[in-house]
Amino acid sequence: MMTGLNAIEVEDLTKRFGNFTAVDHIDFKVEAGELFGFLGPNGAGKTTTVRMITGVIKPDAGKASIMGYDVERETINAKQMAGVLPETSNAYIDLSAWQNLMLMAKLYGLAKKERQNRAEDLLKRVGLYEKKDVAVKGFSKGMRQRLQICMALISEPQVLILDEPTSGLDVQSSRLIRSIIADLNAEGVTFLLTTHNMEEANQLCSRIAIINRGKIVAIDRPEVLKKRIESLHSVEVSFNRDVAQSDLSGFLGVDSVEQMGDKFRLYAREPAEVIYNLVDYARSEKVEIVSLATISPTLEDVFVKYTEVI
Amino acid sequence: MLGSQLRRSLAVAEKDIRIYYLKAPVVIFGILFPMFLFLAFLIGRSIPIEVMISCLLSMTLFFTATAVSPVILPWEGSVGTLERLISAPVSIPAILLGDVLASFIFGVVISIVPIAFGLLLGVRIYSPLVLATAILLSAFCFSYLGTLFSTPPTNVPSNIMMISNLFKFPLVFISGIFIPLEQMPPWGRLIALFSPLTYLTDLIRYSIQGISSYPILLDFAAIVLFTVMFMVLAMVIHMRASI
Repeated sequence: MMTGLNAIEVEDLTKRFGNFTAVDHIDFKVEAGELFGFLGPNGAGKTTTVRMITGVIKPDAGKASIMGYDVERETINAKQMAGVLPETSNAYIDLSAWQNLMLMAKLYGLAKKERQNRAEDLLKRVGLYEKKDVAVKGFSKGMRQRLQICMALISEPQVLILDEPTSGLDVQSSRLIRSIIADLNAEGVTFLLTTHNMEEANQLCSRIAIINRGKIVAIDRPEVLKKRIESLHSVEVSFNRDVAQSDLSGFLGVDSVEQMGDKFRLYAREPAEVIYNLVDYARSEKVEIVSLATISPTLEDVFVKYTEVI
Repeated sequence: MLGSQLRRSLAVAEKDIRIYYLKAPVVIFGILFPMFLFLAFLIGRSIPIEVMISCLLSMTLFFTATAVSPVILPWEGSVGTLERLISAPVSIPAILLGDVLASFIFGVVISIVPIAFGLLLGVRIYSPLVLATAILLSAFCFSYLGTLFSTPPTNVPSNIMMISNLFKFPLVFISGIFIPLEQMPPWGRLIALFSPLTYLTDLIRYSIQGISSYPILLDFAAIVLFTVMFMVLAMVIHMRASI
């Protein structure tokens, strides 16, 4: 039953498929009201983890709970707390948008008036109300995904578990879904969000976990994770004529230099020192600096660092 | 909790009827397939109309109630709707019951066609109450049998259709539909005991022709027993496949 403030708790969760361990004894907690990103490369175990949390598959060890309800022992109560958008799911294409929403509302036990009001509000919010009686088979991918978001939201859940909600969508649909996620989170809804889109995770998530080969390899706030890989701080510079890369790699404090088209990226722990050296170098060599910028590690850098093949 | 899960079963049944049953090909197939099978075996033979209608009714109910329920779960698994369904707060037994209810309604409604056909040809129903009860109970029994066919772990509906036909056709031949039980060899009568269709066929013969091979209470008890067995097996196997 209800215990503490964690909306989702995952303890020692493990799933094996034959000899392959897809999820290997992972632990994490998502606090109530948090927007928690769950990142990882393809095949890392994200969707398997989500499937265990949403009660679709049974773990081989460990447990997951939603709002204090054990997913395996109190399955219906746990599922009742969460709205889910599975990665590979579809709406029923032979049903209309309205019929799909009514079905989901009935599966969550909503009364008639309540489900009609909510369906109307949600369809208006995602711009599908005018198409509510059209069979989903006539919808574009973006429209289908917007409908699926509505299906996940129909019960006004306290927890939303979204597996790749913007994958493969056009810019408008992605933006709309991101803005709905941000608005609902501001209203206090807890999110577990898996995504491949680092920019999306960076913009939306207050905390992220990175899973690789079935294990959690990093878990923290995005900015804290970026700080952890300080060696990835860099200065990007371009000159008005060619210069030798070896000149730049000889600067004090520079770990490495990478040429990218007409630009050089100099990796260093103290970018300020590198800038002084670059200015001195330009003066002495009589070359003009065309552009100069300090680059902090991005979430993508963090992701690559933690998921690179060893 | 039970009442709320039952309401969710009704939602699943409503979805099934809209998506799978209210399609002209399914309805036409439900009527035509047993009709053609019936004609193929009985045409040119001198058989009383009461016997013919009994055969047609047994086959119609059996084939319609087991027609769609085996493929719903594999089909939904292949098109990606099953995962959403089982992510919702609805139990596996409630989903199965929903599938069974849709199949039950389809079987019962289509069964009216051969009955109406028989009445038009002057067939007299000797015991309408026995006939109605037999149809209702058997529709449930065959619908759960249908969900049992979908338990092999595959998302390919054609595989399931093949498996279900592998079971369904032999059952038709050993259940006293084309050859009355009394005319079967002893080993045939022994095998017939293990087919739920045998008891429906016997009850229909009793209702229309006024004769039966077994006491009708035994027929009803056997159908109930088969229903419970299919229901428990389907639930256990499907639940083992999920959470």
